[in-house]
Amino acid sequence: MEFSFLDELPKIVWMLIGIAAFLGVIGLLLVVIDMPRTRRDRWQAFLFLAPALLLLVGGLIYPVLRTTYLSFHDRSGDAFVGLANYLWMFQRPEILLVLRNTLLWVLFAPVLSTAIGLVYAVLVDRSRFESVAKSLVFMPMAISFVGASIIWRFVFAYRPADQEQYGLFNQIVVWFGGEPRLWLLEQPLNTFLLIMVLIWVQAGFAMVVLSAAIKAIPAEIVEAARIDGAGAFQLFRSITLPSVWPTVLVVLITITVQTLKVFDIVRTMTGGNYGTSVIANEMYSQAFSQGQTGQGSALAVFLFVLVIPLVVLQIRRTRKARELS
Amino acid sequence: MNPTPTITDVRDAGPASRVRRRLSGSAASLAALVIAVLWTVPTAGLFISSFRPADEIRTTGWWMFFASPEVTLDNYRDVLFGSASDGRLASHFINSFVITLPATVFVLGLAALAAYALAWIDFRGRDWVFLGIFALQIVPLQMALVPLLRFFSQGVTVGGAQILPAWELTGAMAFTNVWVAHTIFGLPLGVFLLHNFISQLPRTLFEAARVDGAGHGRIFLRIVLPLITPALVSLGIFQFLWTWNDLLVALIFTGGDTATAPLTVRLAELAGTRGEAWHRLTAGAFVSMIVPLTVFFLLQRHFVRGLLAGSVKG
Repeated sequence: MEFSFLDELPKIVWMLIGIAAFLGVIGLLLVVIDMPRTRRDRWQAFLFLAPALLLLVGGLIYPVLRTTYLSFHDRSGDAFVGLANYLWMFQRPEILLVLRNTLLWVLFAPVLSTAIGLVYAVLVDRSRFESVAKSLVFMPMAISFVGASIIWRFVFAYRPADQEQYGLFNQIVVWFGGEPRLWLLEQPLNTFLLIMVLIWVQAGFAMVVLSAAIKAIPAEIVEAARIDGAGAFQLFRSITLPSVWPTVLVVLITITVQTLKVFDIVRTMTGGNYGTSVIANEMYSQAFSQGQTGQGSALAVFLFVLVIPLVVLQIRRTRKARELS
Repeated sequence: MNPTPTITDVRDAGPASRVRRRLSGSAASLAALVIAVLWTVPTAGLFISSFRPADEIRTTGWWMFFASPEVTLDNYRDVLFGSASDGRLASHFINSFVITLPATVFVLGLAALAAYALAWIDFRGRDWVFLGIFALQIVPLQMALVPLLRFFSQGVTVGGAQILPAWELTGAMAFTNVWVAHTIFGLPLGVFLLHNFISQLPRTLFEAARVDGAGHGRIFLRIVLPLITPALVSLGIFQFLWTWNDLLVALIFTGGDTATAPLTVRLAELAGTRGEAWHRLTAGAFVSMIVPLTVFFLLQRHFVRGLLAGSVKG
């Protein structure tokens, strides 16, 4: 069967119906709000908030409670099993491997992306090619993790040693006299290769945010240090780094939260096989591929618990940064 | 007023320091260059490959393109319009739009409504509602997936009585599940960002409109919406890119049905089952990137502004 645009038409029509219906409902809502009878602040506020609150209560708050409930129950969701799902998580060797992998991700990805982003932001700051240079590193932020994963899988593509390599990494290995290998199957190296993909994506984020912080350093301070004869490295260590340190922490925490939830990269690079699975991927496999709702929910709750302190820290940092500025 | 000393004035501090500066300058340039190359070459390699004939992709590295440049659009034609097993990404390209556009419009509309009420209408418990929505930003998607999917597939039952039926949407209407899921996950951040913006509008604006007899609905439509356009654009870009690039939500709420799968889901599938069919994967990856990259390069300024406003979601 050939591709034909006519077959696609119903989807587009349904999309237009959906958007039109939405705008219609909003318009109606605004008319009702302005009717003389609803002119009481409390009623009006309620009408403004109702659609969003309905979705948030039904789609987030209730599910959070329900998932927590399910994490203490078996796969059918009926029989209470106490902490069994959590004990399973910390006892099964394959899940311990998943937890160890997540730990590796959290230890390496945030620090390295932030460090690379910071160094790069400092290096290209006020250079002639600044905006082009920044665009190059920032670009991976725009593409999907799936796209980024395919880019890197191609870099690590493998051909047997007697054939010509088309993966860049194996070709470089061969040029230096090494043997081509299936790098994504080599444990535990493969986890680090996956981590590298996330660093590749997130360094651009760190760079842009830190670059803005660097530009906010008052010019007088930098000039005073220059007049005192500070070299480039000294300038970085005693002026730039202390000035942007609060931002560095915010970036670190933000990327850490992202890292904890990483799913797409693992899914596309290895499918979570060869010892590369992480919590978010395991949660998906347990709950949706294997129907182990209880165990999947326990993993989700554990992820949530890991994220909470980071976000509390983040809010405190942001508030402090606001007070300073 | 004294002329401010420029950087070039300070630089001439003596020959020794000038040499040192030149050295550290070139080392710095080299480091920057290395990073820039590492960040660009993998993408460039894939991009070049996508235009090479399939036979060449299968036998030689993309760097050999410079030795024998041969360009073809066959890969793109096959992967976009070829047989279903080759991807037929044109169909999934449309799916991505059909998922992304409503999900973006819904979030913008509902978040703007909620943010207006939270910023400019006085009612009891307002701060608590705002704090609650703010706090919801931290909930990982994973916490909501199982119950939300159950809601779509089984409806709501309380004590054995069916309160709400299962949605059981088929055909094109099946997209509705994904719209709703994406809207829910986009709302907390959306309300927060727009609230920051709307609450900074001058109070006199609203007082004048109230004196003229305008109701909240009219004020929202005629005064607030036009004024918050920049914030809507920033949030819109984010929600658009986020939805377009998402894999997890689409994977679960399109239920593995190829007819409604967006590009990301189909590509991840192709990468899994036809991992070595690089003539398809290279072109396919760029089909999925073209829209976000266009949005990114055209609207980079807004994108960065949104990023600096703290809009990072998960």
